[in-house]
Amino acid sequence: MGSLWEAVSLSLWVSLSATLIAAMLGITLAATLALSEFRLRRACVLAVNAMMGLPPVVIGLCLYLLLSHSGPLGWLGLLFTPMAMVLAQAVLATPIIAALVHRALEQRWAEFSGPLRVFGATRLRAIPTLLAMSRRAIATAILAGFGRCLSEVGAVLIVGGNIAGHTRSMTTSIVLDTSMGDFTSALALGFILIGISLAVSAVGISLGGHRL
Amino acid sequence: MKHLIAALLLLLSGAAHAESIVLASTTSVDNSGLLAKILPVFTAQTGIEVKVIAQGTGQALATAAHGDADLVLVHDPDAEAKFIAEGHGLKPVEIAWNDFLFVGPKVDPAHIAGGTNAITALRAIAATGTPFVTRGDKSGTDAAEKRLWKKAGIAPQGQGWYRDIGGGMGAALNAAAAMDAVLLTDRGTWLSFQNKRNLVPLVEHDPSFINRYDVIELNPATHPTAKLTAAKVLAQWLASREGQTAIGALALGGEQLFHPDAGKPYLP
Repeated sequence: MGSLWEAVSLSLWVSLSATLIAAMLGITLAATLALSEFRLRRACVLAVNAMMGLPPVVIGLCLYLLLSHSGPLGWLGLLFTPMAMVLAQAVLATPIIAALVHRALEQRWAEFSGPLRVFGATRLRAIPTLLAMSRRAIATAILAGFGRCLSEVGAVLIVGGNIAGHTRSMTTSIVLDTSMGDFTSALALGFILIGISLAVSAVGISLGGHRL
Repeated sequence: MKHLIAALLLLLSGAAHAESIVLASTTSVDNSGLLAKILPVFTAQTGIEVKVIAQGTGQALATAAHGDADLVLVHDPDAEAKFIAEGHGLKPVEIAWNDFLFVGPKVDPAHIAGGTNAITALRAIAATGTPFVTRGDKSGTDAAEKRLWKKAGIAPQGQGWYRDIGGGMGAALNAAAAMDAVLLTDRGTWLSFQNKRNLVPLVEHDPSFINRYDVIELNPATHPTAKLTAAKVLAQWLASREGQTAIGALALGGEQLFHPDAGKPYLP
């Protein structure tokens, strides 16, 4: 039972940290893409949207090779630590948050760039107003990113190593329990995971302003 | 002498807070509960925390070769020899053995139940086209199975009844249980596995079923940054009387899972 809550709390804090990082990076990226003009901007937007579906195992493998002691970032000593899991999830969630926030900001900017400019706002100064206008879409995007982080298994298994009491999350525990034929434990954790993910979606839907 | 031991313990417990090593080991040792049982004893005595990465032998050796582990505990003599020849490891020290066995469906379509000869059984399986699950993951068990087929003079790859599931021991047992297939498993994982369904032991106690577990310290020349001192403490503890007793004490359903045999030739 102790290990169950260890897995739940590890999953929650790793995914929350990853979501926080992804939100900061994603929103910055979204604002840059929505409001600035530069060559290849459309290509960048396309790339960010395409990266929403990055395959977790491939990201896990790439990060493994980067963080391995024989890799370029090995000196950081991050491999097989919760920090490596945070990193992997942040990489996966950033494009999701960036793409969703970008769509909202672009739309608002198209609608309100005229009035905002009349009031003398430069593009840079328009950002806080636009972000405030898009707060529901931003909240939904962050929750989508969190959902991705929490349910992900391929990448965290590779970079975390599924070490008992250290990097064993809910999803990697489920994989292990299933492989040991212990379906009771696997299902128990599975239901907790589903419960959290449904709760997150419910919050997301209500923040998005949809009536159920 | 007492002062020396006290000083040593103080030193070790002082190092304890910061000291933690990564042990690259195999799913068979970890999933059977062996490491979860004995490592807390080791940590309590030495203060060294051990983080276990449970992978197939091939992957565990690759992890160590990349410099991402401080010690390995594996069971594939050929892969170990290659690892050492490539300069990654020192001489392996055998710490325990257990054995493999063929398990399969009760109905036993190949009529191999009760046998003690692996080769005869494999020939019967091939002749009858009985479904056979292979792990195909370059683990120690996978390598042992491939060696047995070779000894039997059969190349099962590509046959419809030879199913490569590309997964760990547990995944292979789940697959075999679902497809009523025969497979080679280590006894530890088999005894602790909880989804046996129709699977029963079919062929056991062939001398070639002996499964030896070795601990290998990394070569300081090629892995100078690994935590070699703490790793040595664990390697020596596993082979010590205390470690050996802890290994031998693990039993499931009245059956001993691992037979400690450090420092003596194994007895089949």
